[in-house]
Amino acid sequence: MHRVWAIIERDLRRFRRSPALMFISMVMPLVQLVVLGYAFGGKIKNLNVGVVDEDQQVPAVKLHEMFQAVAANAKTFTPIYYHDEAAAIHDLRNGIINGVLEIPPEFSRKVLAGANPHVALVEDNTDQFAASALEGILASLLPSYNAQPVQPRMSDAATLDVVEIYPYVPYIQFLLPGVIVLAVFISAMIGGGIIYIDDKARGLHEGYLVTPINKFELILGFTLAGAIKAIIAGVVLITVGSIIAGIPDPLNPLRLAKMLILVVATAMALISMMFLIMVRVNDPLVPRAIFGMLNTVLYFPSGAVYPTQSFPPWMKIITTVDPFTYAVHGFKQLILKNTGLMAVSGDLLFLSCFTVLAMGIATLLFRRTL
Amino acid sequence: MFDVEVENLTKRFGDFVAVDGLSFSVGHGEIFGLLGPNGAGKSTLIRMLTTLVPPTSGVARINGFDVVRQPNQVRRSIGVIPQAMTSDMELSAVENLVIFSKLYGIPREQRKKNIPQLLEEVDLTQWADKPIKMFSGGMRRRLEIARGLVHQPKIFFLDEPTTGLDPVSRVSVWEMLERLKRERDLTIIMTTHYMDEADKLCDRIAIVDHGKLAALDSPLKLKASIPGKNILEVSFTGASKDWPNRLRALPDVAEVKGQENVFRISTNNGPRTTVELLEAARSANVTVASLSVQSTTLDDVFVYYTGHQLRDTLQAPSMAESPYVMKRGGM
Repeated sequence: MHRVWAIIERDLRRFRRSPALMFISMVMPLVQLVVLGYAFGGKIKNLNVGVVDEDQQVPAVKLHEMFQAVAANAKTFTPIYYHDEAAAIHDLRNGIINGVLEIPPEFSRKVLAGANPHVALVEDNTDQFAASALEGILASLLPSYNAQPVQPRMSDAATLDVVEIYPYVPYIQFLLPGVIVLAVFISAMIGGGIIYIDDKARGLHEGYLVTPINKFELILGFTLAGAIKAIIAGVVLITVGSIIAGIPDPLNPLRLAKMLILVVATAMALISMMFLIMVRVNDPLVPRAIFGMLNTVLYFPSGAVYPTQSFPPWMKIITTVDPFTYAVHGFKQLILKNTGLMAVSGDLLFLSCFTVLAMGIATLLFRRTL
Repeated sequence: MFDVEVENLTKRFGDFVAVDGLSFSVGHGEIFGLLGPNGAGKSTLIRMLTTLVPPTSGVARINGFDVVRQPNQVRRSIGVIPQAMTSDMELSAVENLVIFSKLYGIPREQRKKNIPQLLEEVDLTQWADKPIKMFSGGMRRRLEIARGLVHQPKIFFLDEPTTGLDPVSRVSVWEMLERLKRERDLTIIMTTHYMDEADKLCDRIAIVDHGKLAALDSPLKLKASIPGKNILEVSFTGASKDWPNRLRALPDVAEVKGQENVFRISTNNGPRTTVELLEAARSANVTVASLSVQSTTLDDVFVYYTGHQLRDTLQAPSMAESPYVMKRGGM
């Protein structure tokens, strides 16, 4: 055991003296949290919509008034009036406006005659997010346009009442679980991947291998040292990240304790995975080259940034075996829903089994010679 | 009993034979030098003897322990200074020594006593708490020598201990090794390709080439073993065509090389050949433009035994130099 501690002590002393390493493994995920959180999270506002009114009668003017109300309050879009449909379409194609709303010449007559009146929305579908926001707001405008001045006492139309059982969750909070796991991953990648291979290439391992340390002491030392660094990064993220993302009662000790258990399980799983990948690698370029790829392949299919239900079948396979998935799921339960450990027991079980399996294979592949 | 016994030791990497049936033994208290061109198999040999690389066949016993069957007893008996500088740059001199003491399982009280003494022995007491990244190459080498001694080994292995050091640092490393050997009763095995280093330090030298033993003896005997004890470098003006033949006929001359007016003459008796040469030149009306007499050096021995053509050969891949990404069968 003394020898294991010697390896850990050495690694942690080095870690303490490399502020750059600490900075990268903790600050980069926080930057991602803030930038991605605000880049994706907000409501879409201030779209420009061209309005071509070829009708000009009272029912059309009523529509104009509703657009003005949206522009003044929700600010989702601002109407810009065109006399000529061709000019509006031209501006739409050139990206000056985000959509064109056409009120056809017969609109008022059809409204009054009850003969299926239509308005048309021509949208710029290269931007799915803006287009669906526009569709959404216009679709919700029309029922109120259609509403009769006097409502019947009893309606036969079915309505949907939505009940949100948690307080509103902004995107930045949705993103936080993924970012915590990302911090643990980056730390494992640098501490367990890049530094491990660099030491090997520089011949530092040669120094250990001539001492009487055995294979298991070496593996245990390397793994625990890497895991401790990854746990430190994870703990910083669960506290600082929760405060930044505005999680209610961010420093609740009971929840922090539950999260610490999950951080430890996540760190052990990711460092074991890294050790398995790196156990036979000697070239210092390898961990650097696969860093970005591994990040993409593990992080995005995990459901950290978008719900897994939308993935194609092949990606769902990655989702199923990806330790990120279970870690992210666990943190979502604990952070967003403040559940007990029972709700994450499946995640903890998967991460533990993953750790045992990866370490087992890595130990078989590990060679105590050059 | 010998401290190091090597019998028919062989290491193959695929089709490439890095060490080819080497046999030798090293007695207690010797400084034993391994000399050879780059890629001759010296480092592979050292790595087999220090349990870093398993041999393909043959036997090596260190301090009586077999390197394959009793690796941990071997590791406790030896101190190893690898070729690459392998100290932790971010840690201080003391921290490096403490970590290695712990890896060898040295108890705390003994550590507290040993480490200041070791730092004193390698003249680094003053820099004990400074990080290694601020050390010069010579200081790092001295620290590594101290690191190799934390567990008081009997046998000390050094792979090119002074490569890359300036002349002053080299001399100080030499003096340190000689003193440590005396005071700690060490047996030292070192590789080098500096002839002056081998000549000055080593009691016996093995010249290794293509993984085979080309010669093994003391520096003095090795120098005596090649033809000619002295080398005369002479240039003449007004020499006739048969002048080289006249030179070969001089007493004690072993070999004459050169053409036109410049010659390199190997002789078994430098002073006598010189006198005869000057007389022959006077009687033949040849003017001696320059003349120098040199003793045989280890360089001559080395070139004699290994041949002197420039050799570009592939060598066994080592971790530090490995150009490829993953070993076959990896992952």
